[in-house]
Amino acid sequence: MTELLIIVAIVVAVIAIAQVVRIFELTNKIKGIKESDITDKDNDTQGKLLLTFGVLFMASFFVMTAKWNHLLLPISASEHGVEIDLLMNISMGLIIVVFLITQPILFFLSYKYRGRKDRTATFISHNDKAEIIWTIVPAVVLTVLIVYGLQTWSKIMDRSDLDDAVVVELYAKQFDWTARYAGADNNLGAANVRFIGGLNSVGVISESAYAKQISGLDNNIAKAHVQMSEELNANKRVKIEARLAKMEAKKSTLTALVSMTAKDLLAAAEDDVIVKELHLPVNKTVHLKFRSQDIIHSAYLPHFRVQMNCVPGMNTDFVFKPTITTEEMRIETSNEEFEYVLLCNKICGAAHYNMQLKVIVESEEDYNKWIAEQTNFAASNN
Amino acid sequence: MSEHGHHEENFFSKYVFSTDHKMIAKQFLITGITMGVIGMIMSVLFRIQIAYPGQPMPIFEFLLGDWAKGGIMDPNMYLALVTIHGTLMVFFVLTAGLSGTFSNLLIPLQIGAVDMASGFLNALSYWFFFISSVIMLISLGVETGPASAGWTIYPPLSALPQAIPGSGLGMTLWLVSMTLFIVSSLLGGLNYVVTILNLRTAGLSMTRLPLTMWAFFVTAILGILSFPVLVSAVLLLLFDRSFGTSFYLSDIMIQGEVLSNVGGSPVLYEHLFWFLGHPEVYIVILPALGITSEIISTNSRKPIFGYRAMVGSILGIAFLSFIVWAHHMFISGMSPFLGSVFTFTTLLIAIPSAVKAFNYITTLWKGNLQFTPAMLFSIGLVSTFITGGLTGIVLGDSALDINVHDTYFVVGHFHIVMGLSAIFGMFAGVYHWFPKMYGRMMNKKLGYTHFWITIVGAYGTFFPMHYLGLAGLPRRYYSNSAFPMFDNLQDINEIVTVCAIIGAAAQFLFLFNFFYSIFRGEVAVQNPWKSNTLEWTTPVARIHGNWPGEIPSVYRWPYDYSKPGADEDFIPQNVPLKDGEEEH
Repeated sequence: MTELLIIVAIVVAVIAIAQVVRIFELTNKIKGIKESDITDKDNDTQGKLLLTFGVLFMASFFVMTAKWNHLLLPISASEHGVEIDLLMNISMGLIIVVFLITQPILFFLSYKYRGRKDRTATFISHNDKAEIIWTIVPAVVLTVLIVYGLQTWSKIMDRSDLDDAVVVELYAKQFDWTARYAGADNNLGAANVRFIGGLNSVGVISESAYAKQISGLDNNIAKAHVQMSEELNANKRVKIEARLAKMEAKKSTLTALVSMTAKDLLAAAEDDVIVKELHLPVNKTVHLKFRSQDIIHSAYLPHFRVQMNCVPGMNTDFVFKPTITTEEMRIETSNEEFEYVLLCNKICGAAHYNMQLKVIVESEEDYNKWIAEQTNFAASNN
Repeated sequence: MSEHGHHEENFFSKYVFSTDHKMIAKQFLITGITMGVIGMIMSVLFRIQIAYPGQPMPIFEFLLGDWAKGGIMDPNMYLALVTIHGTLMVFFVLTAGLSGTFSNLLIPLQIGAVDMASGFLNALSYWFFFISSVIMLISLGVETGPASAGWTIYPPLSALPQAIPGSGLGMTLWLVSMTLFIVSSLLGGLNYVVTILNLRTAGLSMTRLPLTMWAFFVTAILGILSFPVLVSAVLLLLFDRSFGTSFYLSDIMIQGEVLSNVGGSPVLYEHLFWFLGHPEVYIVILPALGITSEIISTNSRKPIFGYRAMVGSILGIAFLSFIVWAHHMFISGMSPFLGSVFTFTTLLIAIPSAVKAFNYITTLWKGNLQFTPAMLFSIGLVSTFITGGLTGIVLGDSALDINVHDTYFVVGHFHIVMGLSAIFGMFAGVYHWFPKMYGRMMNKKLGYTHFWITIVGAYGTFFPMHYLGLAGLPRRYYSNSAFPMFDNLQDINEIVTVCAIIGAAAQFLFLFNFFYSIFRGEVAVQNPWKSNTLEWTTPVARIHGNWPGEIPSVYRWPYDYSKPGADEDFIPQNVPLKDGEEEH
């Protein structure tokens, strides 16, 4: 019934517009003017409307900025983020100035030179001097921005001093994050999706993980052999055989992966700590490494001005230094419930909008206390 | 050839399998408008979802059926709407609908040719586009849903049906549709280039070419050079999906199963995609700028300011557009050194763009502006081109991109600079050349109303998005309710949605005006805007072969408006120079 009413309303509206248009056209006919002709009155009205629009547009920019400024991200909670913010403020300041000059000129000129029958335009085809000026001025300004931007970028991407960095791996999958700390040796073990299973949620490759996987597989292989000896149905036997072949293949893949991994990396993996919260010590360099299990995700930490894609089959990373603890940020933002957060910022499926990880920045003592309470991989996996 | 081949035609040869460029242009336009309406309705649906997440909306259930049981939209359907909205708008509306329509309509008319170099290829180009459109629409109805990996369809998401249902049959159809689309685009593009190079009438040197022609010419070259790369990207993706290859896939475990693919790289796909994807932005915007150059000059009754600089900036933008693609990939994991290179080249594009903006503004200066609806949309374009272009300076800077990448700041930026500018150019073109298409005029008052509601609605929709982006809000989120930090952005989201609905509603005024005027519009005179270019020397009757007698020769550039010493404020290109008259 509602649909019917909607359709009727649309039809009536269309007829109404058509009739109004007809009336305009008929009155024009009677007056002897063509509807499509642009009269001085049209030019006057539209010119004034353009000017009004220009004024309101500029005014609304100021209103929006004043009203919504407090909603923007708070001050940067990382060292490089402060530099990004400075560059951002300079760039934004510059483009706002250009915006506030060019838009009013555009709408003002549209108003000022609105057409009149008794006027003619001035024939001006070009002006080399003016054109050279407005090529060179943007070129100079942009050169400054480019140089400044590239310096900032190089600094952020610098990987030369990572000796003291806390190494943490963020592992992304539909639709959650897992953090892996490098442990006491500050050395992350190797990992591969083929090692994922049970508590080994990020596929760590280590002697203990290998032993556990192999014993599990051997167990299942033995069971399958028992099944096979009791099974008479040919179809089912084929299926069991296929399963056996698959498990044998997996065994040899795992063995190959372990043999390809350096001994010290195998050992380094055992003390890794796998958790579902990202704790970071304040004022210490953090080396975040990213991997993905399935599709591209993007690790976005807006408060730290950090973002990097997590790409399956590839390792990516980002280095930064948090400078404000969660507690301090709560005071800074006058929001007692403030939490840092890690979001996914690359479309990744149905629950993309809710793929998050809690992030806590705390003093080094608190961080050390927390990490000491966590069980390491070797202990948790066995 | 009698009278340049004008002959009687039956219904099919005239309206369906026509090889006449003017009819093909109308076919492109009407198909483009249809796709535009569908894409626009999709955007209204997902905007309602973002503004009012979790609230049952009967309209969702009415339009989406099982994908919105009880009026609650399925998240997968939300992503599908976002994806198909982008695909339709970028490719079907702003590439085929804009470039296809006006290149076809105007190239032969403005260069003085009886038709395109190959009318048959031209018809073929439309029919490939038509089949591609039909397949894309069919993909909306498949059971697992249409493609939903974003319009950029990054693998592995687009390669694995296990990751998202839209990557099943819907994605296959998307890939097939896009392949046909590219064939259409290449056939059209080759034809445009050949026609402009070879079929110009006597006296029409490249330096006397209207800026529309320059824009369409360069656009066609961009398309020819970049679309084939997308074909390769798409084909490799099809192989990965269907034949077990590993171009883009490596070390993946999905739904508890480890895939056997090893050694592929999704970043390779990103490079291939954006090698088209970035020139594509200019394939969309250059025709709009060309159209605007023509309309602003005509309706300012003044030459376009700095013709040579305008041509130079088109060429500069086109050249640079090929070496900036990786600015979409600063945080993709590619080498930071590449990031530096692409920041450098990207920011350079601001220079020719600034030249264009300044020259448009200066063209208005000391003019005698005639505010036709086309002129209003052109002024609107200059405004959006500046507003959106400026924020590009932020996004093109790799260091700044880190924190605004994939947020609403980007959505606001590209919708204003490329979406709005291009669609404004398209509207301007339709209002301006409607008499050349249908021999009638569109209604002026409806045109004015359409413009004013549109520009207010459009800025109201996209301007506030910059603030959302600076607050860290990611794009393509089905709902912003999962993060307390976004709770107080909901007011802005509602404003955006209301503006989007208002702006969308105004488009029905345009649709009404368009279809009403085809049949009932005021009959046009030969040169209603007192314009100089050759298309206005053809008869209102729009005959096959364009000119009933000799094709006119050209003696001057197209911008002799208000030239001192002339009787009227315009001198068409086919009027010979007077004794002692300087060319310009």
